[in-house]
Amino acid sequence: MNWPAIFAVVHKDVMVISRTRGVIIPLLVVPIFITVIVPAVFAALPQIAQNIGVLEPPAELRQWIAQLPASFQLEMAQYNHTQLLIVITAVYYFAPMYLILPMMVSAVVAADSLAGEKERKTLEALLYTPTTDRELLVAKLLAAWTPAVAVAWGGFTLYTLVLNTVAWPAFGRVFFPNVMWWVLALWVAPAVAGIGLGFTVLVSARVGTFQEAYQLGSLVVLPIVGLMISQGAGLLYFGPGPVFLIGCLAWLINSVLIWFGSRAMRRSELLLRL
Amino acid sequence: MTNVIETDQVTRRYGDQVAVHELSMTVRAGEIFGFLGHNGAGKTTTVRLLNGLLEPHAGTLRVLGLDPARQGAQLRKCTGVLTETPSLDERLTAEDNLRLFAAMYNVPRAEIRPRVRELLELFDLADRAGDRVGGFSKGMKQRLALARALVHRPELIFLDEPASGLDPVVTRHLHDLILHLSRVEGRTVFLCTHNLNEAQKLCRRVAVLQAGRLVALGTPRELARQIKADVHLSITIHPEQVDRAVAVLSPEHPTTLARNGDGDTVRIANVTRDHIPALVAALVQAGIAIYRVEHDEPTLEDIYFALHSPAENSP
Repeated sequence: MNWPAIFAVVHKDVMVISRTRGVIIPLLVVPIFITVIVPAVFAALPQIAQNIGVLEPPAELRQWIAQLPASFQLEMAQYNHTQLLIVITAVYYFAPMYLILPMMVSAVVAADSLAGEKERKTLEALLYTPTTDRELLVAKLLAAWTPAVAVAWGGFTLYTLVLNTVAWPAFGRVFFPNVMWWVLALWVAPAVAGIGLGFTVLVSARVGTFQEAYQLGSLVVLPIVGLMISQGAGLLYFGPGPVFLIGCLAWLINSVLIWFGSRAMRRSELLLRL
Repeated sequence: MTNVIETDQVTRRYGDQVAVHELSMTVRAGEIFGFLGHNGAGKTTTVRLLNGLLEPHAGTLRVLGLDPARQGAQLRKCTGVLTETPSLDERLTAEDNLRLFAAMYNVPRAEIRPRVRELLELFDLADRAGDRVGGFSKGMKQRLALARALVHRPELIFLDEPASGLDPVVTRHLHDLILHLSRVEGRTVFLCTHNLNEAQKLCRRVAVLQAGRLVALGTPRELARQIKADVHLSITIHPEQVDRAVAVLSPEHPTTLARNGDGDTVRIANVTRDHIPALVAALVQAGIAIYRVEHDEPTLEDIYFALHSPAENSP
């Protein structure tokens, strides 16, 4: 592997992306919303409701908990109403939404790095560099995957800080992250970043512009919405075990997508669509 | 002289369409080789084949002793390509464009900065080194793209329409540079161009491609012989014998014959080279004293259009 050339391609892509407003704005706005505003609201609202005396014992919530495994019920039993609302919303219900972060970042960066490069007519010069097809693929994957994982882990850190800080009056201790979130952030998030990336690589090889690649690539978030609905309906429980299995499935899908993507990333294929 | 490019019966298709058909040619080390042809003739496909971006469907290629299809990455370390469009990252600065490509071509880290500076100076872009390329004129982008093609000091340089968008002063500077690369530094230049004057000025040998087929290969003089291009003939004779000479020649050349102003020269346009001895013999037999016979060499433009004329292409 020609690593200096691979790193040069990654460096170029990161520099180009950092100077592209259309890419940087969604990469700042969405993570700030997800990792700062959402935990602050989830942690603050139950406390405000309690302070003004409108917090009712959530009977439907107790029914929902009763459908879930005994270990989960035991964990929930230790919380008062305010704490329970915070934990259910910010820790469990919101967990699938967090996965949008790595998936979106990898999809946006990959769309700019591949379809955007075609659109700007800079791809041909890159194809004439002394990189193999595989090295070019690795460079393009790293250029999108690395920032996606960095944003996911940075976001996880920020989410932890904001949630514990705003929820401090209710808990009086650090209660987040739990084991499930560690698995989610360290095992599932990188795999999900790979899915966004692999899907966008496939799409980008077939479309001519960044916008087309981004719009089609966005369809990949639909399974995440499905996870949220499944959990809300009590069909799925986001415990450490199920989350680990979701991660395994994500890595498998990710591998298949990247294998197909690598076929679309051959020079001879890319040249046909320049 | 060593051949840096050898192709033998190379064919490449896109679906049912043949882009390059049984192309056989050689390019010698250190020469400036002109590759001429209309749009869609197969020039760009040939450059892609020679750099290992595409594989041939038939035939064999050797470039710098390597097989481009199998050793493409190794080969591309030694080739530099100026593509038809500058293909620059317009959101990066001129310096960044060169620096990042130097790293992709494995230029040693310590050499990158001085080499980039040297190229920016050479192409008169040093004062715009820190500016984004998006704000550059077409000519500046073309110069920068050419600098990028040279950043790793390639042995073999492919230039696709290098003077496109350049003003006459920069074009002359560019031509001097191409000649310097070949004559002084001994590098080989593969020049794809539509500009026949440029090819005439720079290239020792040219190949003409038509609908993917090689229709001519050699020096302009060899090509003129191959295609029997017409020449313009000037015959200087005794001034008192001009009328007789015209009488001898006019039955065969009624419309192309003319006398020059000095009254001692007869000019005949569009004479085939092979016909010159017979013409001279006819004048000698008529007792005309011939002092000098001259003909203008056909230009590359004459040759090119002769090759593309319907008569030449008919079976």
